[in-house]
Amino acid sequence: MSIDKTLHDARAALSGIQDGDSVAVGGFGASGLPTTLVEALLDLGPRDLHIISNNCGADGFGLSRLIEENRVAKFTLSYLGQNQTAARRYLSGDLEVEFVPQGTLAERLRAGGAGVPAFYSPTGRGTMIEFGGLPRRYTSDGDVALESRPRRTETFNGERFLLEEAIVPDFGLVHAHRGDRWGNLRFRVTARNFNPVIAMAARTTIAEVQELLPLSSTSGDDVHLPGVFVDRVVPVADEGEAVDPVPSSAGVRT
Amino acid sequence: MTWTRQKIAAKAARELRNGETVNLGIGLPTLIPDLVPPSLEVVFHSENGMLGVGNASPDGPHDDQLINAGKQPVSSVPGTSFFDSGLSFAMIRGGHVDTAVLGAFQVSQQGDLANWMVPGKLVRGIGGAMDLVLGAKRVIVTMEHVDPAGDPKLVDACTLPVTGHGVVDVVITDRGVFDIVDSRLYLREPAPGVSADDLREVTSARFLPTTD
Repeated sequence: MSIDKTLHDARAALSGIQDGDSVAVGGFGASGLPTTLVEALLDLGPRDLHIISNNCGADGFGLSRLIEENRVAKFTLSYLGQNQTAARRYLSGDLEVEFVPQGTLAERLRAGGAGVPAFYSPTGRGTMIEFGGLPRRYTSDGDVALESRPRRTETFNGERFLLEEAIVPDFGLVHAHRGDRWGNLRFRVTARNFNPVIAMAARTTIAEVQELLPLSSTSGDDVHLPGVFVDRVVPVADEGEAVDPVPSSAGVRT
Repeated sequence: MTWTRQKIAAKAARELRNGETVNLGIGLPTLIPDLVPPSLEVVFHSENGMLGVGNASPDGPHDDQLINAGKQPVSSVPGTSFFDSGLSFAMIRGGHVDTAVLGAFQVSQQGDLANWMVPGKLVRGIGGAMDLVLGAKRVIVTMEHVDPAGDPKLVDACTLPVTGHGVVDVVITDRGVFDIVDSRLYLREPAPGVSADDLREVTSARFLPTTD
């Protein structure tokens, strides 16, 4: 029997995701967002999810659809941006939001994948991140129901650092340019972003890939994320890519 | 006469030093790559995993997946590299980015920066700002001198939630260029036709003239 992580049905690839699970989703805005898997998650229907992602999408698209369809109890993110759906629900008590500095989010996920339970970081020193008190959930009357907790700190070399804990999500949904049946992944340009650290961190990682390659066609040097971190691979049609990608004059390697 | 956004960005571009690695925040800072003098070679970093960011919104067909921190399409340049968010923030937090240029709601005379939240009104989130202000060796703020209500943004103390304490080194507004050195604010250059007294009326921070 050979190792074959490939699944051709996106919904089947998400089997096991239950109400209340934590799901980390790759992407920076729409770049590198696993749109097919997010659609499938919406179709599948689990509720009370804890979503972890850098952003929550634009109104009406991607992860915002999960919020609109009442599937999300809690959202951990670094930047909500102009999303009105998330902002409204946060302020009216329908959505718990945990704001995390982007670098801390990336490192908490990396640490989760790397078996490092906690680490110290300077980020947020002297802010509400360190001291707590940032509203996480409001009541329907607009009072604060739950606040962020203060971070423990330690001093190294005369400076104060915040103790941050690893994130180990139940599931991770990632997007890659190329993959193979061992789960090896290769990314394109800035669509890489959070996908590798989420693939590392999640207990079960599902990767959608634009191109599924035979094992023999890739050199080990072409692998950006080794397949050991990936459990399921779903080939999807090209999406979100412009018809005529602009090559740089130096010929950026893809 | 106040400076335009283009002029502010051009002044920020002239602060950059040859060979620096520079992170650009969203909004006005994205105008900077086009305005760097041809005598300088600078490497632009984008928090979402790119070194060697070229012009924003290049003409013609573009690659939807190739974007900057503001989620605008950008071009790459010869020497570009791509990497993941873990490595991107290792570069930032580990002190490998020389200069960060970003916007602000408020900057205090000691160099405190508030740019991520207006309680009860606006919570866009933090993004990479808190990492950047501590990791970058030099922080340049580009902003309007007063807010839409006409209130000063260069203040004696930040009233909005802080992004970082004592982190800002240079402030460039539509009315002047300021330096913050050892927790003191110095006026380096007012905009044409703007006097120090004019500035005092729209600045609640205390500032000194630059002494060379």
